Amino acid sequence: MTTLLETRNLTKHFDLGRGRRVHAVDGLSLTIDEREIVGLVGESGSGKSTFGKAILGLHDKTAGLVTFKGEELPGRYRQRDFRRYAPHMQMIFQDPYSSLNPRMTVGEIVGEGLKLHSDLSGREVRERSADWLQRVGLEPAHMSRYPHEFSGGQRQRIGVARALILEPEFVVCDEPISALDVSVQAQVINLLDDLKASLGLTLLFIAHDLSMVRYVSDRMAVMYLGALVEVGKANDVFFDPQHPYTQFLVAANPEPDPRTERRRAFSAIQGEIPSPINVPPGCRFANRCPQVMPQCREQTPQLIPLQEKGGREVACHLFG
Amino acid sequence: MSALLEVRDLEVEFDTYGGTVHAVRGVSFDVRAGKTLAIVGESGCGKSVTVQSIMGLIPIPPGRIVAGTAKLRGVDILGRPEVDGRDVRGDTIGMIFQDPMTSLNPTMTIGDQIAETLQTHRGQARPQARARAVELLEMTRIPEAEERAGQYPFEFSGGMLQRAMIAMAIACEPAILVADEPSTALDVTIQAQILDLLGDLQAKTGMAIILITHDLGVVARLADEVAVMYAGRIVEHGTADAVFHQSGHPYTQGLKAAMPTRNSRRDDPLQPIDGSPPDLFAPPPGCAYRPRCPNAMRICERRDPPAFPLEPSDASRPSAAVDVVSHASRGDAASGSQAPAPRTPPKETEAHPAKDATAAPHHRDHFSRCWLHRAEASAHRGTVNPGASQ
Repeated sequence: MTTLLETRNLTKHFDLGRGRRVHAVDGLSLTIDEREIVGLVGESGSGKSTFGKAILGLHDKTAGLVTFKGEELPGRYRQRDFRRYAPHMQMIFQDPYSSLNPRMTVGEIVGEGLKLHSDLSGREVRERSADWLQRVGLEPAHMSRYPHEFSGGQRQRIGVARALILEPEFVVCDEPISALDVSVQAQVINLLDDLKASLGLTLLFIAHDLSMVRYVSDRMAVMYLGALVEVGKANDVFFDPQHPYTQFLVAANPEPDPRTERRRAFSAIQGEIPSPINVPPGCRFANRCPQVMPQCREQTPQLIPLQEKGGREVACHLFG
Repeated sequence: MSALLEVRDLEVEFDTYGGTVHAVRGVSFDVRAGKTLAIVGESGCGKSVTVQSIMGLIPIPPGRIVAGTAKLRGVDILGRPEVDGRDVRGDTIGMIFQDPMTSLNPTMTIGDQIAETLQTHRGQARPQARARAVELLEMTRIPEAEERAGQYPFEFSGGMLQRAMIAMAIACEPAILVADEPSTALDVTIQAQILDLLGDLQAKTGMAIILITHDLGVVARLADEVAVMYAGRIVEHGTADAVFHQSGHPYTQGLKAAMPTRNSRRDDPLQPIDGSPPDLFAPPPGCAYRPRCPNAMRICERRDPPAFPLEPSDASRPSAAVDVVSHASRGDAASGSQAPAPRTPPKETEAHPAKDATAAPHHRDHFSRCWLHRAEASAHRGTVNPGASQ
C-alpha cells in the first residue's frame, strides 16, 4: 500500500480576538493510502469539516503539514496553488442546496472545472459534462436547467459530477448524504462506490452516521474536540471499540431493529462536548469519561498502536 | 383499551401558486395512553402536516382541512382544538419541535417561558409557576436548574434547549406529547440522552407519545406502534416488531434495505429505492408507490389499494408474531426487491372470531396498503372488501 496523503500535526485555530482561540483541529496526524476509504466520525463541533477543508487548502493551516504523494502542500493556498492542486483533490459538500451557485446552469456548474483546468474546447467541455451527468444518473438534457429545479438527491449528484469531472485522485466527502432521505442516501453511496471502483478514487468520508461510515469505509477515525481518539479498521472500531468515547458513540448509535434496541443495556453518556475555546490541558474527554484517572487531567494522551488489536491506534491513558 | 386520540380519514390540502398540494390523503390512527406511536416517513410524506393539522398549527389559508375527525377523549378537536372552552394545546397535548433554537422565544428567559405555560393554562401565580419551572428543568435533567432557569435560549446548547422544550411541553402534565423530529438536529450521544429522557418520562407519567421521525433507529428505540407514511397516506401500520420484522409494504421493505445495519457487509450493496416520491400536486392514480415499486402489478396502476390486514392484531400475544418473524425477517432484510415471502397463516386464527369486523381493523392492526396482500388477507380474514379504498 502506498500512502497517498498524510497529515502531520495538522492544526487549525480560529482567532476570536482578545486572546480567545477556537481549537478546531489540534495536531491531527492521519495517513490515507491509495484507493482507501477512510471514514471520519465525530459529533458536531469536533472539527471534522475543518480538518477536511484544511487538507484541501480551503482553510489556511495554523501549523503542521499535509503531504500529497510525497509533496508538501502549502500552508496557505494562493490562486496558483488552487489551480495546481484542484485537479487532483476535490470536495463534495454537505449541503446540496447552498453549495451550488443558483445563477449557473447545471451544465456550467459541472463543466466549470474542465473549463479552468483543461484546454478542451467549449464543445468538448459540454460533451464531457453531459457524459458525467449521465454517469451520475441525470440526463444530458438537464444541462440547461438551474439547481432549484432539482431535488436534494439530484443536486447531490450534480455536486458529485462537479467534483469528479476532473478525475481527481483524492476526494473529501463532507457529510455527502446527511441532508438526504434514507431511500436516496443509498443511491448516492452506491454511486460513489461505483465511481471509486472505476476511477480508483481515494476518499475521506466525513459523517456522523456511524452505521453508514462502518459500511462504507475501510478504516475509521474517531475525532473528539479537534483530536483523534481512535483509528483502526472500520469493522474493528465499530464492533470492538477501545477508547471510552468510541464505546459511548457506538452504544448511542440506534439500530433499526426493535429487538436489538430492547436488549440494549444502555446508559447514555452524560454531559456534552466542551467548548473548543481554550481547551483544558490533559485528555479532552476527561470531564465526561467514566474511567477518568488523575493523569488524564494533566497529560494529553497520544495515539498509541495496540499490538494485540492489530495495530489499532487509541489515544487514552488506559492503554499507556 | 379505548384510544385517547382517534384520528379518522384526515385529509389536508394546501393551495399554492402552482396548484393544490394534497399533503395528507386520508390518514387514520389511534393514540393510546402510555404508548408511543411513531409516524415514519421521508420528507414531504405529510407526517408533520398530519400532527400540525390536528394541533391547529397549519395556517388556513393556504392550508385546508378537507375531511376527517380527530377525537380527543371523544371530542373532535380538528379545526378547533378546544375541549370545554379550553385550548388543548399545551394543556392536554404538549408538543416539541425539531429545532429548539427557533421554537423558543429568544427574548424571554427559559424559566419564564416554562412558567408562562402554567400561568396560561393553570392560572398559577408567577412565583409558583416559576418554582414549578425549576422542578421541571430538574426533571429533564438540566444541571443547576435554578440558575439555568434565569438564562436565555442563546446560553443553552442544542441538547439543553431540547430538554427545556420538553420541560415546557410536559409542564401541564399532558396526556399526549407530540415529538416532531425531537432528536434530528442533535448529535447521536445527545440524541440518546433525549430518547432516554422521553422513555423515562413516559414510564413515570403514563403519557402517550406521538413520535414523528424519518430515522428508523429512533423508531426502533422508542416506538410501540409504527405508522409508515408515503405520499400522504399510511401505507403500513402495526406494532414495532411487526413493521420491522414482518414488513409487509414494499416501501417499508425498501427503506430497510436502503440502510446499512450491523450485519450488512461491504460486498452486499445497499438497495436504494429508485426514483423519487410522487408529485403531490397531482398524485398518480392507483398506488402512489407504484412507479418505484419492484413488485408493481397492473392493478396497482388502476386502483388504489385499501388497507389489507396482515395478521390478527395482537398486543396480548406478541409471541405469535415473533415466531413468524424469525423466518421471514432475514430474507426481507437482505433484499427489499423480493416479493414478501408468503407467511404461514398465524395459528390462532380460529381463536379470533370476527371481532375485527366491527373493530375497524385498519386503525389498530398490522396492515399494509398494498395489492400484494389481497390474497393473503382474504385467506385468513375473508372480511375485506377490496373496493373499500379511502
